[in-house]
Amino acid sequence: MTHLDWEYAPAPESAAIGRIKERYSMFVGGKFVDGRGEDLKTVNPATEEPLAVVSTASTADVDTAVSVARKAYDDVWSRMPGAERGKYLYRIARGIAERARELAVVETLDNGKPIKESRDGDIPTASAHFFYHAGWADKLEHAGYGPAPHPLGVAGQVIPWNFPLLMAAWKIAPALAAGNTVVIKPAETTPLSILVLAEIIADADLPPGVVNILPGAGDVGSALVNHPGVDKVAFTGSTAVGRAIQASLAGTRKKLTLELGGKAANIVFDDAPIDQAVEGIVNGIFFNQGHVCCAGSRLLVQESVADEVLAKLRARVSTLRLGDPMDKNTDIGAINSREQLDRITALANVGDEEGAERWTSPCPVPERGFFFPPTVFSGVSQSMRISREEIFGPVLSVLTFRTPDEAIAKANNTPYGLSAGIWTEKGSRILGMASALRAGVVWSNTFNRFDPTAAFGGYKESGFGREGGRAGLGAYLQEEN
Amino acid sequence: MTTLQGSSASRTGALGATALPAAALPPDLVDAIRDEQSLRRFLAGLPGVDPVGLEQRSAGLATRSIKKASKLAAIDLAISMVDLTTLEGSDTPGKVRSLAAKARRPDPDVPGTPSVAAVCVYPDMVSCAAEVLRGSSIGIASVATAFPSGRSALPIKLADTRLAIESGATEVDMVIDRGAFLAGNYGKVFDEIVAIKQACGTTRLKVILETGELGTYDNVRRASWLGLLAGGDFIKTSTGKISPAATLPVTHVMLQAVRDWYDRTGERRAVKPAGGIRNTKDAIKYLVAVREVAGDEWLDPFLFRFGASSLLNDLLMQRRAQTQGHYSGPSYVTVD
Repeated sequence: MTHLDWEYAPAPESAAIGRIKERYSMFVGGKFVDGRGEDLKTVNPATEEPLAVVSTASTADVDTAVSVARKAYDDVWSRMPGAERGKYLYRIARGIAERARELAVVETLDNGKPIKESRDGDIPTASAHFFYHAGWADKLEHAGYGPAPHPLGVAGQVIPWNFPLLMAAWKIAPALAAGNTVVIKPAETTPLSILVLAEIIADADLPPGVVNILPGAGDVGSALVNHPGVDKVAFTGSTAVGRAIQASLAGTRKKLTLELGGKAANIVFDDAPIDQAVEGIVNGIFFNQGHVCCAGSRLLVQESVADEVLAKLRARVSTLRLGDPMDKNTDIGAINSREQLDRITALANVGDEEGAERWTSPCPVPERGFFFPPTVFSGVSQSMRISREEIFGPVLSVLTFRTPDEAIAKANNTPYGLSAGIWTEKGSRILGMASALRAGVVWSNTFNRFDPTAAFGGYKESGFGREGGRAGLGAYLQEEN
Repeated sequence: MTTLQGSSASRTGALGATALPAAALPPDLVDAIRDEQSLRRFLAGLPGVDPVGLEQRSAGLATRSIKKASKLAAIDLAISMVDLTTLEGSDTPGKVRSLAAKARRPDPDVPGTPSVAAVCVYPDMVSCAAEVLRGSSIGIASVATAFPSGRSALPIKLADTRLAIESGATEVDMVIDRGAFLAGNYGKVFDEIVAIKQACGTTRLKVILETGELGTYDNVRRASWLGLLAGGDFIKTSTGKISPAATLPVTHVMLQAVRDWYDRTGERRAVKPAGGIRNTKDAIKYLVAVREVAGDEWLDPFLFRFGASSLLNDLLMQRRAQTQGHYSGPSYVTVD
């Protein structure tokens, strides 16, 4: 009996569709202008080759941007009827959808995530966020924040590199719907897709100054959140930076929301739909190379099914295709930067030193570019660093438990509290576990599902405030009665 | 192994006829078929299938991009896996002879086109197909056991099976008793499969679960294991007479079942989705599922088949497009 040795031919998306320019500028006051900061080079993490040069902001540029945002707020945006604001948001949503293929390519080239994820996940969901919030713009008095809620003013926003365009949409759409204007800083390693969004915003004829985009490093972000002209700060990123922002904002009038790190428990009971639980574990930690703050990075599996689950998990992970992010058949792309790759490598080595058992997918790893193969540590205990610290990479730590109470205790035994997963066919257990878990998002029999209508946010050191849904609007509205 | 419900006049012969001798089964599977209660406990104890997760994975696999040499290889493989089927009340010797001729040479204008795996006909048409296919390696599959409903007594189903085999069938496609399955009478379903398998002897047996009537993926998984435990060489989705027939998620559950069976017994059993797979694009999605759920070893006509009629012509047209660089259209493939 001989079977066919069938390999998938490479199916690369064309990089030309991204229309990457040599040089990108800041977007301030409705115009693309060069900043006074030092230019940065953004690289394609899958090839380590430079992609484009991006002009960055200086502290003076932050001043300018905040003042044009203030003017746009006072003169135009805060006075505009909600129905009119909504029209602009619908226009932006359609613009993203129309340029979806281009945006997917830009995102994949700049970030390293597989094209199938940017194409089927990031970009459509970003568009969906604008569509969803467009609908709220003229209905804010019915959102549960009093009969006449007011916008806050100028929002200073800082976003991470793991979902560059999607995080921009999460931040900009609710702020605009509620009547605020925005100054936003993308991550240093992923500035391109939001600058394509700037073109879409410009094409939508959004009044100048309503959205301002300032590429740059941490110093620009720091200048922005500490600027006295900013009324509201929204940050998504690491817990360390979030803590510093909260400290520096203490005693000011600024409203703050933080969406920070996580070390989510994905809890598999013995009565779970095992095959789908394995899918959920894979999706939980290997989606977006594990660069997900709500990643299910701690697998808590009931001891009675641990061997079966681990065997199936290893078999399944072995089928994941790691490689060129532009190939439509790639499941796992490149780590976003050398720095992050080094951090993942170092923490994984700590796992070895601490005595956990490392298993690595046998998948081939490209010689060039930043890649880390899917890795599963078993025999992990609560005291190990790999079960306590956020690795932010494709590394899963597997722990076991005996009873639901033990699962709850272990799942909650972390300073973080962003998300959790529960796998069981027993409905009452899902409800009981969900109320006992100290996590902002609890998925049952699924993982890493996002929707603009659903609130997202953390407990404890994973931050505060919600994004998405009716609750998310609260971060950008002043309740008035 | 004995019959689960004890022997009766109508069930004689249903003794120890699985593809794998019971002795070779691991102890937990031997226990599973000890008696009807054990079988019920085993099937009820299988992990559930979460429909949302299953369908998500299945849709995810369907986005694999297969082109160029990989596509041509897939088309040839798919052609070689087709059970070219006609199962109509209006079937005539002429229709069956025409179909059998097509099975031998699917695309007479293009030498090198593989032949299909088998033709699939009603028992009374088997001898007719056998005349045309004599001397070829193409199988003759016959449906049997009061196909498609299965609503008859076991002696009649056995007689139906014998008619097929005596007429020259090399494969038998039986239907399970869905009524008994849905009533929870797993032992009856098991015993019937065992009895038919014994009547088949060395003839390979495909066990049609008719998943469109089973209602849930949990039931598909249970019926799959029931078919495997009772000795079916294949588990097959559908008769083609009920909608929905084959779907990707259902086939996914069945591929997972044969994979799990292999992991526990070391033996590879086969899967056949049937009905509703009409074009090349769909067929390739099934092959991707075969590869990524069951494994590379199942990319073999011995272990995977498509029950189809119109699929073949689309495969031939796509094959021509791949080899000739342009589409030729339906006028260039034969209508049988």
